[in-house]
Amino acid sequence: MSGRFAPLLKRDLARLLLSGRGGGAMMPVLFFLSVAMLYPFAVGPDVPLLARTGGGVIWVAALLAAILPLDRLVEPDIEAGMFDQWALRGISEEMVIAVRVLAHWLSFGPPLMLAALPAAALLGIAGRTLAIVELGLLAGTPGLAALGVTVAALTAGLRGGAALAGLLVIPLAVPVLIFGAGSLGTGGTSGLALTAAASLVLLAIAPFAGAAAVRTARG
Amino acid sequence: MQGASIAIEDLACRRGDRVLFRRLSLRLAAGEALHVTGANGVGKSSLLRIVAGLAPAFGGRVETSGTIGLVDERHALDPALPLGRALAFWRGLDGAGDHALERLGLPALLDVPVRYLSTGQKKRAALARLIGQNAAIWLLDEPLNGLDGDAAALAETLVAEHCAGGGIALIASHQPFALAHKRTLALGEHTT
Repeated sequence: MSGRFAPLLKRDLARLLLSGRGGGAMMPVLFFLSVAMLYPFAVGPDVPLLARTGGGVIWVAALLAAILPLDRLVEPDIEAGMFDQWALRGISEEMVIAVRVLAHWLSFGPPLMLAALPAAALLGIAGRTLAIVELGLLAGTPGLAALGVTVAALTAGLRGGAALAGLLVIPLAVPVLIFGAGSLGTGGTSGLALTAAASLVLLAIAPFAGAAAVRTARG
Repeated sequence: MQGASIAIEDLACRRGDRVLFRRLSLRLAAGEALHVTGANGVGKSSLLRIVAGLAPAFGGRVETSGTIGLVDERHALDPALPLGRALAFWRGLDGAGDHALERLGLPALLDVPVRYLSTGQKKRAALARLIGQNAAIWLLDEPLNGLDGDAAALAETLVAEHCAGGGIALIASHQPFALAHKRTLALGEHTT
């Protein structure tokens, strides 16, 4: 199996990180940074207010940024017949989806965590709050990646699938968002642990739900 | 490739509310080729997808022995990548097989992104992918679509060589497919 894992991951990373008309991994990061930049303009230069609400804004921006690449996560491969060819070679949809979750996370999770540093500077967040934001993103973004791939598989082949995918992700991402942003308020590790728990649930479901969706879409 | 076989028994295929065919039984042993003919929508492609295990049968049984390769209208080559790298991805999964690039006239196209290739060029690339897979059973859905005369003759030769080497070919096409020793099944005539 490991002989197949490497080529699949390499291809997924090349597609999500480097190439693509969507601008690869830069698009979510730029989107994320522009939200963080616009927020102080919108609410005004009230430093305590920005510092108090900034963490939540970072979380909302991260969630929305994770939605951007959804339309090219699964559908193009179904269209191109890639999943058919993998199935003929005994490569299960579960494995393909699991690899894709990993690749999707690598393409936006770590870049967003890096981009959170300048974003935090724009919002006046520092010290312990920044550390909790970063740890929360580390715990929460894998779940967002799993959710994104699952929903992308579910909506593949539907008309207006991309818009529908965005709408489906948002309510399902609420637990991760509540615990992730909530850990900023409580300042404790319990919020981070719950974020990680919500993430793990999504990660555990994604390969099976996504694979079932792909098999249905393939018809 | 020795011991490849396809056994279809009492197969029925449904698409939506319609039963496309039923009571289809046939056997193919190593070295045999079957040309499935019939009008559009009679279930040729569906038959191939059922044999490949990609679509469920409505009834009956299909048993295959041997690895399966499929060429249909979806070429499974990344449109944004140059052809050479798109094929290299499959070589990474299938092992370093011979893609017969020279015979298929592809070396000059290896640097061209797949989305700029013509229909016939993509079909030739898909045949290269199939050859590299080294599968025992070839399922070909309209393999001559878009191919010019020379390329079509080459495709027929490749299938003949594949069968001579002990492989099986199942060809679904409404076009004539020149092949010695092939059997023909007219889907939709005796099976409805």
